[in-house]
Amino acid sequence: MTTTSNGWGLKQSITILRILIGWHFLYEGIVKVYNPDWTSFGYLASAQGPLKPVFQAMTSEGVLPWVDTLNWVALVFVGVTLILGIFERAGALVGVGLLMLYYLAHPSWPGMAQVNTEGSYWIVNKNLIEAVACLVLFYQPTGSLFGLPRLFSKNKPTSKTEMS
Amino acid sequence: MSWTRREALLGLGSIPILGAVWWAGASGTVGRKREREAILERLNIQPSLPSAVTVISGAPVRVGIIGFGIRGEQLCRSLGYATDEWITAMEEAEALAKEEGRPFTALTDFRAQEPLNVRIVGVCDVFDTRAEKAIRSFGTPEQPVKRYTTYTDMIQSGDVEAVVIATPDHWHAPMSIEALRNNVHVYVEKPMTHTVAETYVLKEAARNSRATIQVGHQHRQTLSFKTAQDIVDKGVLGHVSLITTNTNRNDDNGAWNYDIHPDASPQTIDWEQFLGSAPQIPFNKNHFFRWRKWWAYGSGLSGDLLTHDYDRLNCVLKMGIPRSVMASGGIYTHRDGRNVPDVLQANFEFPEFSTGSSQKAGKERGMTFTYSASLGNGLNRPTMLMGHDASMELGNRLTIWPDGSSTRYAEMLEEGKMNPGTPIYSYDPAAGALDGVSSATSQYFADKGLMWTYVDGKRVDSTFLHMREWLSVIRNGGQVSCGIQEGFEEAISAHMAGLSWKLGRRIEWDPQGEQIIPVEGVEDLDAVLLDSPPGIGALAPDVVA
Repeated sequence: MTTTSNGWGLKQSITILRILIGWHFLYEGIVKVYNPDWTSFGYLASAQGPLKPVFQAMTSEGVLPWVDTLNWVALVFVGVTLILGIFERAGALVGVGLLMLYYLAHPSWPGMAQVNTEGSYWIVNKNLIEAVACLVLFYQPTGSLFGLPRLFSKNKPTSKTEMS
Repeated sequence: MSWTRREALLGLGSIPILGAVWWAGASGTVGRKREREAILERLNIQPSLPSAVTVISGAPVRVGIIGFGIRGEQLCRSLGYATDEWITAMEEAEALAKEEGRPFTALTDFRAQEPLNVRIVGVCDVFDTRAEKAIRSFGTPEQPVKRYTTYTDMIQSGDVEAVVIATPDHWHAPMSIEALRNNVHVYVEKPMTHTVAETYVLKEAARNSRATIQVGHQHRQTLSFKTAQDIVDKGVLGHVSLITTNTNRNDDNGAWNYDIHPDASPQTIDWEQFLGSAPQIPFNKNHFFRWRKWWAYGSGLSGDLLTHDYDRLNCVLKMGIPRSVMASGGIYTHRDGRNVPDVLQANFEFPEFSTGSSQKAGKERGMTFTYSASLGNGLNRPTMLMGHDASMELGNRLTIWPDGSSTRYAEMLEEGKMNPGTPIYSYDPAAGALDGVSSATSQYFADKGLMWTYVDGKRVDSTFLHMREWLSVIRNGGQVSCGIQEGFEEAISAHMAGLSWKLGRRIEWDPQGEQIIPVEGVEDLDAVLLDSPPGIGALAPDVVA
């Protein structure tokens, strides 16, 4: 697959995907940071599926504040790394992990109640799709195309570079 | 230079994106929070904390149980005494719930309950099986539980300081009066009395007694109701002109068709004592176990369930006895031999009452309290207080919606800071608690705040709090939440509703003379109230599956 400096291609599309996913994570994280009343209690307490006991265990008094803090820290970390393009692979990996946890807490599997969803899903839902999108970001970093790494990158993608 | 500019754009362009998203998230969240705070500051509602209860010190309060049926067992559990059978049943239910992945907390809650300084020393039940169950479960070789064959024996024994009365309604007053006259403390289930006349006798007995009476309206302990009082007092709702309360149940248990015990027989049940002043009829298991369905022993929807809703509101508003009551309804969903209605609408008029006004002085005054019930439909209809400025849903949770034409909030409504579709206040002491409610009937009670309340986010049985308060007053003095005055207001209001349904007439109250205004052509109102005609339809089968 090839692309040119003036052309539009896979890498540019992935870059946009990276920015949008980062945007989504950052906003979710920031909203929680600035809302002291926010808690993951309800989400965890109403968990379904095979990992239900694990999620419900997280709601215990001593654990919940840590879970809440870790959640927003992770969200902001993914958001910042994906938007800026620094440590983007680590960010993408954390993103995959978070999204899989969200997916498993409320899996859109047949026979399970769909709580707080705006669409209709069967096995596949948006969390799962976003998780796979993060996987793509992990395998295809784009920080050197758009983001802070571009400033320091020695082998900037220049015109008519063959991409592997 | 275009190369450098392009490089800078691609290298640094992500920073403004980051800043924009961060700013949007932060300002949006903080802004919404500020707007909410401004509204809350304006409303100035103080979620109340439960009042501290003095420790029940000294020797344990020696309690006797009169009536050890379904409610009697529940009251004993609130005192910290569960039967062996109940523990076994709950262990099984817990195991099943675990298997099915449902939360189930009844047993854990019971075990976590704070121990009360009481000892159950005696039981009085006319059904042998029940009395024996209490003796077996609560007694120990060192501290046996004594069985008394009559309530007078128990009260006069001198061994019992306080009695818990959970009998059919027609026994509430005679037993309470006897206990109070002997200075034995009383916890009596609702309705406080079965007739108008005995309501006055009991009031007199309580006034002349050194003992304390608490009527079993445990929801007075519900935290949200104390907050609701503050909301009404501060005029958040404006003038409340209408209150709607409801009962909806659609199951056998809710329709009072309780199980009939296989051991029940004239040999195991003291039928004569059960009947007492009721019409003398031959032994009848249906009447014994399902007494709530007949006026001879029970008080129908008006005494049994309306009283809960009336007292809930009387606790919040202190509106007292209505000036008049009109009721209608019928036996429409359970034609099973009962003579009490299973569909009932009752309107209580309070023409002089006001919760305050945001409009021109004198424009608003008067309120209707309406109660609407069906035992043939299970839809949950919330209790609503409808004011000129806002409407409030009252239950374990509180929610307030501003009214689109409110005077008080006109400015905020105009500015778009409030809108009628969005609650301006919601109070949920349960946020943070995981509930496992087992049946439709218990959900009905739970939603009304009749089963438990939340203290510091933890679920607490409100009956436990109500009994603890009673015990604390016994040992330390003070005031109970639902004493003789509250009980008097509850009983008279319920009897007015019962009379109105039976006579098809408006029943009026004379607040100066403190009595029900005589009804033309009716000589004895109590005879009307007690009249227990043959029921409608065929008797329900003996045992409910």
